[in-house]
Amino acid sequence: MVMAASETKFHVLAVDDTLIDRKLIEKLLKTSSYQVTAVDSGTKALEFLGLNNNDHQDVEVNLIITDYCMPGMTGYDLLRKIKESSSFKDIPVVIMSSDNIPSRINRCLEGGAEEFFLKPVQLSDVNKLRPHLMKRTQTNVNKRKAMDEIVSPDRTRARYNELEVN
Amino acid sequence: MEVGQMQRRLVDYTKSLFMEGFLDAQFLQLQQLQDESNPDFVVEVVSLFFDDSEKLLNDLTMALDQPSVDFKKVDAHVHQLKGSSSSIGAQRVKNACIAFRSFCEEQNIDATLRCLQQVKQEYYLVKNKLETMLRLEQQIVAAGGSIPMIELGF
Repeated sequence: MVMAASETKFHVLAVDDTLIDRKLIEKLLKTSSYQVTAVDSGTKALEFLGLNNNDHQDVEVNLIITDYCMPGMTGYDLLRKIKESSSFKDIPVVIMSSDNIPSRINRCLEGGAEEFFLKPVQLSDVNKLRPHLMKRTQTNVNKRKAMDEIVSPDRTRARYNELEVN
Repeated sequence: MEVGQMQRRLVDYTKSLFMEGFLDAQFLQLQQLQDESNPDFVVEVVSLFFDDSEKLLNDLTMALDQPSVDFKKVDAHVHQLKGSSSSIGAQRVKNACIAFRSFCEEQNIDATLRCLQQVKQEYYLVKNKLETMLRLEQQIVAAGGSIPMIELGF
């Protein structure tokens, strides 16, 4: 894996209402050298960003990764709130879901999500995040359509083949 | 029993859990994520799974015991159990949940009760297996040995 020249750790905000999944995504992100803040709801995510107070970004967040199925505010609702906010719309958002529903995937991508990961999220999925973070630090941003990189709804995940050997 | 023997026993036992479908590759992912900074990662995640599952199984038992069953509620619980079992690689529990959900959709009370029994059975089986495996690991570490990494070669 090619590491960026910069030493700065990117800060990822992870949102998931399930404790196990929160623990997992946090570990995956930390293993990939990201700084992580994990919250258990969309509301808490918005509070953390400072969106509820004064629409001013209190903390530097470089990417948001959120579960889709959450009580109250879904991951999609959170995505839309982020994209409709002037201060936060440029933060890349990634959605995770345990259900492989093509219409859901398309809706999220059309709603502005950069990627859609099927759960359980793998280290190989987390590796796909870096380009979305790196391109935002470039001056010439040529926003690639992530269409080639999205999970194809028809793809069945052949788990054993994707195993990374130590 | 010396460390080498214990390690071989652990490897054989763990491999059998994969062969028999109790665990899938997601469990390997958990083991690979464990490192010096978080040496109890697998134990912690597995414990969360046990706590979560037992609560969900109780909720399911109660929900299916109602005079008028709320299948939406039942499905929501099964969805959660499917999610957590999938996250730790408890394959047979996950598969039992998938079947369970299809009967929830049909609102079939007899079938869902049978599914609940099936899920409970699979859960207690994998719980037993995981506890045995973790105990073997503890014994190795206590004897000063290291836990061998499993590579799925088949």
